[in-house]
Amino acid sequence: MIAALFFYLFAGICVASAFMVIAARNPVHSVLYLILAFVNASGLFVMMGAEFLAMILIVVYVGAVAVLFLFVVMMLDVDFASLKQGVLQYLPIGLLIGGIFLAELVLVVGTWAIVPSVTAAITAPIPTNMPNTEALGLVLYTRYVYFFQAAGLILLVAMVGAIVLTLRHKERVKRQDIPTQNARTPAMSIEVVKVRTGQGLGSNL
Amino acid sequence: MNEMLTARDLLPLLPELLLGGGAMLMLMVGAFSGERSANVVNGWSIVILVVVAGFLLSLPAGKYVLFGGSFVVDDYARFLKFLTLIGSAGALVLSLDYLNAEKQQKFEYGALFLLSTLGMLMLISAGDLIALYLGLELMSLALYVLAASNRDQVKSTEAGLKYFVLGALSSGMLLYGASLIYGFTGTVSFTGIAKATASGANIGLVFGLVFLFVGFCFKISAVPFHMWTPDVYEGSPTPVTAFFAAAPKVAAIAIFVRATIVAFPGITHEWQQIVVFVSIASMVLGSFAAIGQKNIKRLMAYSSIGHMGFALVGLAAGTADGVQGVLVYMAIYVAMTLGTFAVILSMRRDGVLVENISDLAGLSRTHPAMAFFLAMLLFSLAGIPPLAGFFAKFYVFLAAVQAGLYMLAVIGVLASVVGAYYYLMIIKIMYFDEPARAFERMPGLLRLVLGISGVINLLFFAYPAPLLGAATVAAKSLF
Repeated sequence: MIAALFFYLFAGICVASAFMVIAARNPVHSVLYLILAFVNASGLFVMMGAEFLAMILIVVYVGAVAVLFLFVVMMLDVDFASLKQGVLQYLPIGLLIGGIFLAELVLVVGTWAIVPSVTAAITAPIPTNMPNTEALGLVLYTRYVYFFQAAGLILLVAMVGAIVLTLRHKERVKRQDIPTQNARTPAMSIEVVKVRTGQGLGSNL
Repeated sequence: MNEMLTARDLLPLLPELLLGGGAMLMLMVGAFSGERSANVVNGWSIVILVVVAGFLLSLPAGKYVLFGGSFVVDDYARFLKFLTLIGSAGALVLSLDYLNAEKQQKFEYGALFLLSTLGMLMLISAGDLIALYLGLELMSLALYVLAASNRDQVKSTEAGLKYFVLGALSSGMLLYGASLIYGFTGTVSFTGIAKATASGANIGLVFGLVFLFVGFCFKISAVPFHMWTPDVYEGSPTPVTAFFAAAPKVAAIAIFVRATIVAFPGITHEWQQIVVFVSIASMVLGSFAAIGQKNIKRLMAYSSIGHMGFALVGLAAGTADGVQGVLVYMAIYVAMTLGTFAVILSMRRDGVLVENISDLAGLSRTHPAMAFFLAMLLFSLAGIPPLAGFFAKFYVFLAAVQAGLYMLAVIGVLASVVGAYYYLMIIKIMYFDEPARAFERMPGLLRLVLGISGVINLLFFAYPAPLLGAATVAAKSLF
C-alpha cells in the first residue's frame, strides 16, 4: 500500500518535471526540473531494489552532469527563445520519432512479458541473496579488475589529450600565487575612499 | 568469483604493466620538469618500448588466460605484440628529429605513444568483446590526440577532428554489433561465442557480425570504410602518419583475425563473403586511386589501403596458412612502411618539409644512397621479386589458392600489377627526371631506420626462416 503510494508519488513528479524540462521558458528552470526528475527516478530505482543505480544516478547525473548543464546554460549566452521558435513546425516529426520510441519500448517490454524464457539466455545469473552494491563490489575489483583499470587508462588519455590540445601558456595570464596571497595585509589591499553624493566611484578611482 | 590472483599469475601481463607504468612515469617526469624535458621523455619512451619488447620475448612460452578469459597471451599475441612494439618504437625514433626541427617538443607526445601502444597490446590480447572495445578505445583516443597534436596548423586539427568524429561513429557501430552478438549468443567471450555459433548462424548474429566488421574495417582503413585515411594521413604531423601506418594497423588486423578465427569458426561461410568483398574492394581502390595522387603522404594512405586488402586475402582463406600469410605480410609491411617514411621525413628543403612526389625528381643524382633505398622499398611495396614485399604477397595468395579462392587470388595479382604502376612512376621520377634542388642532409636516426628497413627488404629472401617459423607457430596457436 505504502509502496504503491510512493511509486505514484515518484512517478508522478518524475513525469511532471520531465514535461516541465521542455516546457519551462527559463533554461535555468529547465535544468532544475531535470534535477528533480533525476532525483525522483532514483527514488523509483530504490523501490525496485537497485540501490546502486539510484546512488549513481544522484552522484553522476545530479552531482556532475546537471551541474555542468547549469554552468553551460549560465555561461553561454544562448537565446533559448529563438531556439524554440520552430516548435510547432517540427512538432509532427517530433511526434513521429516519439511514437517510434514508444513503439520500441512497448516491443521490448512486451517481449519480456510474452516470452519470459528470454531471461534464461543470461549466462551470469543475478545473485539474489545480497544487495546489488555488494554483488558489484565482489566482482568489480576481482573478476573485472582488468576492465576497471583499462577504463581508468582511457580516462587518463582523455584528460591528457584535453590538456595537450587546449592548454596554452600565455604570458599575461594572472595565476594564483599563494605566498603572495598570504602575505597580503589589509593595508595593501583596502583603500578607504570618500564618495561624494551623487557622483559615484568613477571620478575617485 | 573466487579466483585468487597472485603476483605470479600476473606475469604474462608484465609487458602491459610496464608500458602503463612507464607511460605514467614519463607523464610525471614531464609534468615536473616542464616542456624542456620533451626530448628526454621521448627518448626514454623509445627505451621503454624496446625494454617491453625484450620482456615480451623472455616470457615463458605457452598459452596463458587471465581474468576469466578476457586477456589471452599465446604465440599469436606474442608475435603481433612484438611487431607492434617495433612499429611504435620505429615511429617514435622517426619523430625525434622532426619534433626538434618543427619546434613541436611536447613531453606528452612520447607518453601518448606509450599509452596508445598499450591499447594496441590490450587489443591484440583481447579474449572477449569488452576487452576488445576497451583496448580499441585506448588505442584510438591517443591516436586522435596525436593526429591533432600540431594544434596551430589547420590541417592537423582538421585531421584530428575528422579522425575523431569518424572513429567515434565506427566505435558506435562496433558496439552495436557487439551488443547484438551478445544478445544472440548470451556471452561476450570469444570461445563462448564460438560454442554458441557452432551449429550455424541466425540472422541477428550475422547482423551483429557485420557491424563488428564495420568497426574493424574502419580501424584498418579497408574499403568501403577508408574515406578518412587520405585526409588524416595528409593532415597529421608526418611521424604520426608513420605511426598510423605502422602500429595501429597491426593491432587492428590482429584483433580482426583473432575475433574471426576464434569466435566465428562455425559460420565461416557468412564472414568469408564479407572479407572477400572488403579485400577485393581495398586492393582495387588502393591501386587505382593512388595513381592520381601528387602528395606522397596521400599516396602512402592509398598504398596502405591496398596493402590491408592484400593482408585480408590471407584472412579470407580462413586457414592456418592464411593466418601465417597475414602475419608475414604485416611484419614485412611494417618494415617497408617505416623505411619509406624515413625518406619522406627527410624531404626537407630550407627547413621546411616538402610532401610532393615531384620534389623527389632527380633524387638519384642528389642523394644516390637514399634514392637506391627508396627505390628498393618501392619495388618491395609493389611486390617485385626477390624483395621482401614479393614474399609477403606470395604467402597470402598461396593460402588463398589452397583454400580454393582462385578468383580472389587472380584479382589480387591484377590489382598489384596496377599498383606497381604508381610505385614505378616514383622510381622513374627519381632516376630519370631533371634534378630538383637537393634536400637537406638526412638526420642520423632516419638513416638508421632506413638502413635497417632496407636491409630487411633486400636480404629477406636469403634468410626468411626466423620470420616464417615464428609466424607458423603464431598462426598455429589460434587454431
